[in-house]
Amino acid sequence: MATAAAQKTDHTAPYDGDGTAATAEYERAFDAAVAADERIEPRDWMPDAYRATLVRQIAQHAHSEIIGMQPEANWITRAPSLRRKAILMAKVQDEAGHGLYLYSAAETLGTGRDELLDKLHSGRQKYSSIFNYPTLTWADVGAIGWLVDGAAITNQVPLCRCSYGPYARAMVRICKEESFHQRQGYELLLALSRGTPEQHAMAQDAVDRWWWPSLMMFGPPDDASQHSAQSMAWKIKRHSNDELRQRFVDICVPQAESLGLTLPDPDLKWNEERGHYDFGPIDWTEFWEVLKGNGPCNEQRITQRRRAHEEGAWVREAAAAYAAKHSETGATRA
Amino acid sequence: MVLSHRLGEWAGHAPVLEEEVAFANIALDLLGQARVLLSLAGDEDELAYLREERAFRNLQLVEQPNGDFAHTIARQLYFSTYQHLLYDRLATGDGPFAPLAAKAVKEVAYHRDHAEQWTLRLGDGTDESHARMRRACEALWRFTGEMFQPVQGLDVDGEQLRPAWLESVGEVLRRATLTLPEGPQSGAWSAGAGRQGLHTEPFGRMLAEMQHLHRSHPGASW
Repeated sequence: MATAAAQKTDHTAPYDGDGTAATAEYERAFDAAVAADERIEPRDWMPDAYRATLVRQIAQHAHSEIIGMQPEANWITRAPSLRRKAILMAKVQDEAGHGLYLYSAAETLGTGRDELLDKLHSGRQKYSSIFNYPTLTWADVGAIGWLVDGAAITNQVPLCRCSYGPYARAMVRICKEESFHQRQGYELLLALSRGTPEQHAMAQDAVDRWWWPSLMMFGPPDDASQHSAQSMAWKIKRHSNDELRQRFVDICVPQAESLGLTLPDPDLKWNEERGHYDFGPIDWTEFWEVLKGNGPCNEQRITQRRRAHEEGAWVREAAAAYAAKHSETGATRA
Repeated sequence: MVLSHRLGEWAGHAPVLEEEVAFANIALDLLGQARVLLSLAGDEDELAYLREERAFRNLQLVEQPNGDFAHTIARQLYFSTYQHLLYDRLATGDGPFAPLAAKAVKEVAYHRDHAEQWTLRLGDGTDESHARMRRACEALWRFTGEMFQPVQGLDVDGEQLRPAWLESVGEVLRRATLTLPEGPQSGAWSAGAGRQGLHTEPFGRMLAEMQHLHRSHPGASW
């Protein structure tokens, strides 16, 4: 951001002795930049709480990409055709790549990937609760693509305009790939839905199991969302949880119809007056249980992640030792 | 196809994120090559999912379980060096595989580089990584002779690749402070066994997992 408001937040400006007056001025400049829809960049001054919120959100997002590889990787070795296997492998590869972009974005805020991974492994930072559900059939791979990636996109497209530049730019790339995955998931389900009766039933069962957890991906209802108001004021968030959830439902209902599948909600009905679909109550007890670590796969997911990290320690140590020994040539190649 | 499957098993288990990307990338390249080759011979899915173990002609080397990271890297080093030499030769010929080889040779050059870089890091890293890399190279050595056995329908004589392969792998191992294993490159059964449909025990299990879903829905399309 190279504007007047931004210049005042130059981090090289010396901090004065008494602090308060200067900080107040930085704060005014920061607020003005956010109000003017300017991007905040890594070298700009920002409130500590803004930095902390972003670190928390970006790290959680990165962790979700990494943990999110597991439920899908669960089916790589069993994919029923070579074409589907290639698509799934490419998708899981993209997710690892998204994790890398996001850790880089978090690092611009002064934290390190190792530190963030450590927080994930010790349970001090979270990942999206959706990945604590198991993939029980091949159709789950399609349901994750269509519903889970669909919900993620609905959440993430507004983040492409988020006030923090590195995060917004990472989201532009990620959203492109995510929408591609979402279409692939839809297409997978369509093939099943139009396939044999067994395949159709498999697709319906998967949608039945993934629908409500997908709606929970938008987070708690607006009146119970602790970070929402501040994140909206900082333009990290652009829409409330409930707004985005409604938008997602409105998109999914016609798609389910064209898939020839139903959504497991007897209260789902078009509301002419509101111009939206009404839908039934979400089981928030389940949501909080999963969030607290009592979902079907919480233990399994974090154990696998920790094990991969611990079992890989000797490999990382070897790479570091090699790089140190060959600092002229090795470090650049490593 | 078999090696691609093995690398696919790493997804979510790699020591660093960059290796999640690298293994998936290599697995995808190999799967792409396999699909072209299988399609030349018939229906790719029928050939992949409906053949029994005894009808598979892959090298025993590529069906070996992943083991630890060093084991996977040693398998990659041995195979990608061979594959690069083979495709390089095929690409310049006018046989039926020349077009595939011309495209794939670029991919396998990258696989070979990746394996070589990691062989150096592990061999010349810590005492532990050195010991693991040495064990892995030795354990897989007896499966390497099979790569140079004659293959029906292939107009490259495998035996001609052996000197270049030995020289290249030997050089990488030397730079990695390791040495070429001393034992024979094939055992009582392993010389050409995979090519005759004689496999190692882990392969049957791998196929059971790979083929299960496809076989459970005869005639279905996916």
